[in-house]
Amino acid sequence: MNTTNLYSRGDKMFVILNMFLISIFTISALYPFIYITAVSFSSGFQAAAGNVVFAPVEATLAAYKYALSEPRFWISYKNTFIYTIGGTLMSLAFIIPGAYALSRKNLYGRRFWNLLVAFTMWFNAGLIPFFLNMRDLGLLDSYFGIIIGFAVNGFNIILLRNFFEAVPQSFEEAARMDGANEFQILWKVYMPLAKPAIATVALFCIVSRWNGFFWAMILLQDRDKVPLQVYLRHVITELQDTEEFSSTLLNAAYSFETVSSAIIVCSIIPVLIFYPFLQKYFNKGIMLGGVKE
Amino acid sequence: MSTSIDKSEHAQADDYLNAPQGRVAKVIEHLKRDWQIYLMLLPTVIWLIVFLYKPMYGLQVAFKDYSVFRGVAGSPWIGFEHFETLFSNDQFIRAIKNTFIISFYTLLIGFPMPIFLALMFNEVINQTFKKTAQTIVYLPHFISSVIIAGIVIAGFSPSSGVVNTFITYLGFEPIYFLTKPEWFRPIFIGSTIWQEAGFQSIVYLAAIAGVSPTLYESAVVDGASRWQMMWKITLPSILPTILIMLIIRIGNLLEVSFEMIILLYQPATYETADVVNTFIYRQGLLGGQYDLAAAAGLFNAVVAFIMVMTANTISRRYSNTSIW
Repeated sequence: MNTTNLYSRGDKMFVILNMFLISIFTISALYPFIYITAVSFSSGFQAAAGNVVFAPVEATLAAYKYALSEPRFWISYKNTFIYTIGGTLMSLAFIIPGAYALSRKNLYGRRFWNLLVAFTMWFNAGLIPFFLNMRDLGLLDSYFGIIIGFAVNGFNIILLRNFFEAVPQSFEEAARMDGANEFQILWKVYMPLAKPAIATVALFCIVSRWNGFFWAMILLQDRDKVPLQVYLRHVITELQDTEEFSSTLLNAAYSFETVSSAIIVCSIIPVLIFYPFLQKYFNKGIMLGGVKE
Repeated sequence: MSTSIDKSEHAQADDYLNAPQGRVAKVIEHLKRDWQIYLMLLPTVIWLIVFLYKPMYGLQVAFKDYSVFRGVAGSPWIGFEHFETLFSNDQFIRAIKNTFIISFYTLLIGFPMPIFLALMFNEVINQTFKKTAQTIVYLPHFISSVIIAGIVIAGFSPSSGVVNTFITYLGFEPIYFLTKPEWFRPIFIGSTIWQEAGFQSIVYLAAIAGVSPTLYESAVVDGASRWQMMWKITLPSILPTILIMLIIRIGNLLEVSFEMIILLYQPATYETADVVNTFIYRQGLLGGQYDLAAAAGLFNAVVAFIMVMTANTISRRYSNTSIW
């Protein structure tokens, strides 16, 4: 950008100061991750003594060896994949046809059906009635309960509906002339056109499934069914009190600090791998949804 | 039926007799012609009824003496007794107070942050620097609250945390941050803002991208500095977006990220940390007092609903574009 030459000295100062401030923000966004990674690779003794600031001290893989040898870690990791993949596919199976139907001008009572969806964004019964309902449906402690119970989300339906509505009528006319039915039109005309919008909705689902912990914690009692986040919560809030870790200083190779940090790092890694895809679509998603949050 | 005033009595009677039938016939005709659309809508409608509307029916436990054996419908009505209990309960009053205090400070400090960030990003000339910085500040949004809480617990630990390493390095006594009521709100609000400020700036960046370049061009001709352009052009141009976002945020004031509070608070900090939803979680889901907790939830939901609706009405009036 040669236009910068046009700017005065004051402008240059402004630009430099601005870069400086952004650097501070960026570092403060990044630092907690650097810190936790450094702790995870440090020796138990050094981490417990609070000697880790930027880089690992007495670098060791002991915490990872301990964390990864724990069967519950792998079970919960596997469960998170089940909930994320199963839940996202389930969501799309509901949301895509639902949003398409709501976008149709010839849907009788369209206002009513749209209101039925939108109302759930403004008012929900709350934690207790939702829990009692899940219990009455017999969906406690079940994979299926978690997957189906959070499948539909009003915001996602409306986001996709808005996208479908914006598609010009002319796109589907040719298909209609050929005698295509609604399912074929959705599949062959709208789905290819709506790929970015569907990808956005899918990514929203994936992120919320991967990160979700509250309802999994409430609805699942069986340790073998809990996702990674619930296991992680157990680690950070309860592991410290277990006998093995209460006398950390005797155990120099790993400690509560390094083991919980190692598990935190292991659960961030898939998010980091996935992050470039996310970035590609979330800007679009925000645009599509406008400020309709 | 305003048009029927002009009609003869006979015709009116005819209308009356035919109307319901006509309606039914019309629906049947629609169903016959567009059954595929209704079939597509059906799963979503069933899901909404089973998982979201049925619990609304279940909200009646707030007015009942609920027992597990009798079920929602079979438990006896007791009127507003639970609400009376709640409003004479110091813990519940404290939870309402804490909810508003925490939301208020989150809004006060957290609302301007993404606006500053967006304005600052907009002034960066080096695109690689800008992209990298954006990528990093958006990241915390995608990290789960359990991980954020884990990092907070690790970083603020009195014996091993980096914050106390720094404090003791400066020669002070370590602080037991997470057991001190006066520290809970700063830590919680700070970590929420840390997590969301970057990502929220996207909305404002989108608004800035929509500002007409000709405004800047003519300002450059007039010899305006970048600082002046930021204040006199960029900021006023995104003011409508700022206002809408503010209205939305005020409407959602009661939505405190209680999942994070559950992970960070402890009995020692309930005094400043306990919000309505954590109160419901403890009384209902942990304590089994479903009816009382449901009453607290109903109160929360009704207040939230009124606030969101008010916010929406205001936004519709002043910005012409409704939030929904």
